[in-house]
Amino acid sequence: MLDLLQSAQRLKQDLLEAPVKKSAALRGQAFVNLFFEPSTRTKNSFELAGKYLGADVINFQGKGSSVEKGETLYDTALNLEAMGVDLVVVRHQASGVPEDLARYLSVPVVNAGDGFHEHPTQGLLDLMTVWERNPHLDSLHLVIVGDILHSRVARSDLWGFSAMGARVTLVGPPSLLPTALAVPNVSLTTDFDAALADADVVQVLRIQKERQSMAGMPSVEEYRLRWGLTAARAKQLGPSAVILHPGPQNRGVEIDTPVMADPRAHILGQVENGVAVRMAVLDRLMGGDHE
Amino acid sequence: MSNDTVIRIRGARLIDPYQGLEAPDADIRILNGRVLASQEGQQYPEEVIDARGLWVVPRLIDMHVHFREPGQTWKENIETGSQAAAHGGITAVAAMPNTSPVIDSPELVEWEAKRARDLGLVRLYPVGAITVGSEGQELADLYRMQAAGARAFSDDGQPVMSSQMMRAALSYSTTLRTPIINHAEDKSLSRGASVHEGRPAARLGLAGVPETAESAMVWRDVLLAALTGGRLHVAHVSAMDSIDALAWAQHRHLSVTAEATPHHLLLTDEALTAWGYNPVTKVNPPLRPEASRQALVTAVQKGLIGVLASDHAPHHQDDKARPYPDAPFGISGLETILGGLVTALIQPGLMTPMNALKLLTTGPDGVLGLGCQGLAPGQPADLTLIDPGHVWTVDPDCFYSMGRNTPLQGMALTGQARAAMVNGRWVMREGEVLSS
Repeated sequence: MLDLLQSAQRLKQDLLEAPVKKSAALRGQAFVNLFFEPSTRTKNSFELAGKYLGADVINFQGKGSSVEKGETLYDTALNLEAMGVDLVVVRHQASGVPEDLARYLSVPVVNAGDGFHEHPTQGLLDLMTVWERNPHLDSLHLVIVGDILHSRVARSDLWGFSAMGARVTLVGPPSLLPTALAVPNVSLTTDFDAALADADVVQVLRIQKERQSMAGMPSVEEYRLRWGLTAARAKQLGPSAVILHPGPQNRGVEIDTPVMADPRAHILGQVENGVAVRMAVLDRLMGGDHE
Repeated sequence: MSNDTVIRIRGARLIDPYQGLEAPDADIRILNGRVLASQEGQQYPEEVIDARGLWVVPRLIDMHVHFREPGQTWKENIETGSQAAAHGGITAVAAMPNTSPVIDSPELVEWEAKRARDLGLVRLYPVGAITVGSEGQELADLYRMQAAGARAFSDDGQPVMSSQMMRAALSYSTTLRTPIINHAEDKSLSRGASVHEGRPAARLGLAGVPETAESAMVWRDVLLAALTGGRLHVAHVSAMDSIDALAWAQHRHLSVTAEATPHHLLLTDEALTAWGYNPVTKVNPPLRPEASRQALVTAVQKGLIGVLASDHAPHHQDDKARPYPDAPFGISGLETILGGLVTALIQPGLMTPMNALKLLTTGPDGVLGLGCQGLAPGQPADLTLIDPGHVWTVDPDCFYSMGRNTPLQGMALTGQARAAMVNGRWVMREGEVLSS
C-alpha cells in the first residue's frame, strides 16, 4: 500500500504538477470505464488518470447499453475483453460485482465502488491525503461519521487506515452503525463530540438519500445537529487535524459551508490525489517493467 | 421384471421407524408392488438382491421441495425433480405450490399429482396455496383442494404477512386436519437483504437480515396456533429464538411441528467467506452463525424439530449468475439430503440411525397425515437401500436436478442411497435413475 502511495506521489509530482500532463507510460494500452451507477468524480478521475499516462479509455454507461437490452454484465465484459481492452474499471450498485467479473475475465479488474462493499481507490486517496501531511499513520485516530451501514467509503477507509496501524472510530446514528464491523482497533459510537475530542482525521460521509430505504435515518435537522460537522464542532479540532469528505457534499447537512473553506479541510486535495492514486493503480496493473 | 417374480432383498439391516423395527439381517420379499408376509408367494421365482452391508429403510419423505412446474420449467420440472428424488433415495415428496400459476385450485392439485403418478418415480403429495395466487389477500379453496389430494397448505416462498389471514388459515386447519406451513419471515425486516446479518455480511457489504425476521413471525404463528387450536408446521427453522417458540408450543401441547434443512445443520454464514460473492450460498432463510447451527442440531436431537426437509429450490445457472444481491434464493437439495442426514447427525454419533431416520419417515408422515406403515406385509413397497459408510464428494454435475447450485459442492458427505423402489418398482439402482 505504501508502495502505491509512493508511486502516486511520484506521478503527482512528475505529471500532475507538470506543465505538460502527458506521459507515454501506457501508450498502446486501452481500458474501459464500466459504470452501472451514476458517477462524475470517480469516472472522470479514472479517465483523466489513464489519459495523462497515454492510455486510451472508453466510457461505458449501464443506461442505453446492451445491458438494458437484457445482456448480462458478464457477457458485456467478455465482449469488451474480446475487443482487446487491457483492463476494466467497474462501478456497480451490487456488492461483489468486481470480484465476480475478475473471475470471468483474464484482464485486471479495478473496483471503482461496489454496493456498500468497498471503494478501494477512495480509500487510497484518503490515505494519501493524510499521509502527505503526516507520514506516521500508525499514530493517528481516524473518525468516520455518517451512514456507516451503507457506506463503501467507510469500509475502504476502515481497512486501509487500520492496516496502516491507525485507530478508527465509526460514528453515526444508532440504526446505521453495523455492530458486526467492530474489530480490534475499531470502535463504534453515536457520540460525535466525544469522538472528535482526540481526532486527528475526520472523514465526513455524504448522506446518501438515494441509497436503500432510509429507515433509521433521522430528519435532516436532527442529523446536522448530532452528526453534522458544523463550524462549532470544527472548532474542537486541533490545528493539524485533517478534514475529509469524499464528495459530493450536501452543504449544511453533513458539513457546513465555512468548514468546507477551513484550511484544515483538504477536500479538493482529495480530488487531486484521486487522479494520482488512480494513475498509480493503472500504471501498476497495465504498465510494463519501465520505471 | 414380470409380474410373477418376487424381488427378495437379503442381508440388509432393516431400519423401519414406521413399525419401530430394527433387524440386522432382513429378508424382504416383494410381489406386485407389495411387501409379502413370510409364508406368502413361495411358488414364484425369485430375483435375489444381496444387500449385505446396506440399510433398508421404508418410504423416505422430503416434505419441502420445489419442482417449478408449471411455469418455470427452465429451472426444473416434475420429471427432473422426480429423477432428483429417486437419485437421492427419496421415495416421497411434498411439492410446494409456488409455481406459475400457483397451485391454488383443485384442478391444479389433481394435475400435479397425476403428472408425478404417471412418471412413477416418486410419490408426490401436493401442497396447496393458502391464499389465492399466494398473494395473501383471500383464502384459496382449501376444502376442495384437500379433497383433490392436497396434504398441506402453504404460501411458501412468501410468508403469510397478515396475522388475520394466518389466524383464518389456522382456524380452517382445525377442521381440515391438514397443517398450515408457514415460511416465517417478516418482510419489513428482511427487505433488500440476501444473507444473515453478521460479520461475514458486514465485511462483504451485503445487506443482512437478522434472525428476528424469522423468529418474530414464528412466535406470532405459535401464538395464533394457541388462539385457534390449529395445526402449524414451521418451515425451515434457522433462528435460535424460533426454537424457543417451538419449546413453548410443546410445553403448551399445541399442534405445532417444524422442520430443519441439511444446509442449516451443516453450514454457517462462514460459508460466505469461503464462497465470496458466488450465490450458491444464497438461500432463504440464510445460513446462520455457528451458535444458531448448534442450537438447531440440539433442537433436532431433542425432538423439538421432528422433520428434515431439503427445501430443494433449483434455479437455472443463468438466474444464479446474476450479482449476489440480484440472484434468486434457493439451492438444490434432493440429491444431498440423505448424505446430509448421515453426515450431520448419525456419523458424529449425535443420533442413532433409527432416531435420525424418523426425521425423513414418521416425522413428515405424521405432519402430513399419510399413515404409512413401513415395510409391514401387504404394504406398498417403497424403500431405499443406503450405504451408510460410503464417503462421497458432492458434484452438482452428477445431479439429475436441473439446478446445479449448492454450497455443499465439493464437500465430503457420508452415506448415499444405492437403490430406491417405489410401489415395488426400482426407480434407481447404483446411482442410475430408471424410468418406467
